Amino acid sequence: MSQQTEAIGRTREEMAQRLAMDIPNGSYVNLGIGIPELVARFVPEGRTLIYHTENGLLGMGPSPAEGEGDPELINAGKRYVTTNPGAAFFHHADSFAMIRGGHIDLCVLGAMQVSEAGDLANWSTGAPDAIPAVGGAMDLCAGVKSVYVITQHTTKQGEPKLVESCTYPLTGRGVITRVYTDLAVIEITPKGFQLLELSPGIDFEYVQQRTGAKLHPIPD
Amino acid sequence: MINKQVSSTADAVRDVFDGAKVMVGGFGEAGSPIELIHALIDQGAKNLTVISNNCGSGEVGLAALLKAGRVSKVICSFPRTANSTVFPDLYHSGKIELELVPQGTLAERIRAGGAGIPAFYTPAAVGTPLAEGKESREFDGKTYLMELGLKADFALIKGRAADTHGNVVYNKTARNFGPIMAMASEVAIVQAEEISEPGSIDPEVVVSPGIFVNRVVQVAGPVHESELVSAGATYP
Repeated sequence: MSQQTEAIGRTREEMAQRLAMDIPNGSYVNLGIGIPELVARFVPEGRTLIYHTENGLLGMGPSPAEGEGDPELINAGKRYVTTNPGAAFFHHADSFAMIRGGHIDLCVLGAMQVSEAGDLANWSTGAPDAIPAVGGAMDLCAGVKSVYVITQHTTKQGEPKLVESCTYPLTGRGVITRVYTDLAVIEITPKGFQLLELSPGIDFEYVQQRTGAKLHPIPD
Repeated sequence: MINKQVSSTADAVRDVFDGAKVMVGGFGEAGSPIELIHALIDQGAKNLTVISNNCGSGEVGLAALLKAGRVSKVICSFPRTANSTVFPDLYHSGKIELELVPQGTLAERIRAGGAGIPAFYTPAAVGTPLAEGKESREFDGKTYLMELGLKADFALIKGRAADTHGNVVYNKTARNFGPIMAMASEVAIVQAEEISEPGSIDPEVVVSPGIFVNRVVQVAGPVHESELVSAGATYP
């Protein structure tokens, strides 16, 4: 039998597409940098979402054509973006009033670790030589109504990212309600990680082995 | 008669003194007042505390001010940039102090400073290392941290257009920290592409009312930081 590695579970795009299916029409949504940005490409037909970027824009549209970027029209990841009809600009204190004041319905973030209590670590490994940089992640975690994580289930080294308790410095405590990975969709409940859905071709044991805490199976 | 227009960026930053607290607008390159920062490098003030979301890129603008050794402390949410080693080098060699502040807390501290609010409570950073040493308090069963308002001696801000009374409008996401930094600084200095007579900006669209702005200076064709960086430019 060959030892070739098979592609198992969802790709980054498929993860983003799966998450996008769960966002209700009319939601105000903030997408973090990386895989979260892909979610905007997969909004189901017939739904309109309004994207917020914390550097002062509601109604953010897709990237412009190559060579047509405006250095003064960027997203939080400092990439060129566009405006959709109905867009609005505002200053940073208003932008974070939208976040902290509970006006944004959903935020999707990447993660280094998520604990079974919904703690998130995504800004620092805590290494002594690391340059600390936090950006807006702590404000988003603390203020947005629902905060979802989208991430590979394990690190590149195969270490679980879903853990009993985070070992990296926290971004927020008890703030994550749902996690979308290449292997599964998992809800964070008072009893811990509750499996909602397995990716096609993946079984429960496979996911449990790659999760650093107890995974509660889908009830019969 | 009120006329807040000054003739040059050099004149605009003439009285920035050693040890001053200086707010610098911008989120990445959007809204970064490069020409005013370069004038400040030429002016020579040192031992500055800079309050800004980022620490610049390449070796121009804010990164150049840091590289010139003029800044002893930054209050910042995201000092790391893919294309600049200026801040990491200073930080690792212990030549600069960093006060790391979550972005929304930074914005609200500046807004509060400008609005006469000495302190406020926020849920951001509760339970994280950035909460250490901070006073906390519960409201309706939820924990909040006390954060202090921030004020500065000067602010350097990039607008799109201004009038001689100091009313300012901005350009797209280059607005970011400009309006609140204008409020929170003793002397708010705005560079703008156009400066016109009072009455030329519709009062309905003014973003920074002139009461918050002390000096305006025309910089007709401002450079973009990313273009300077990709050309390998340095300053001075």
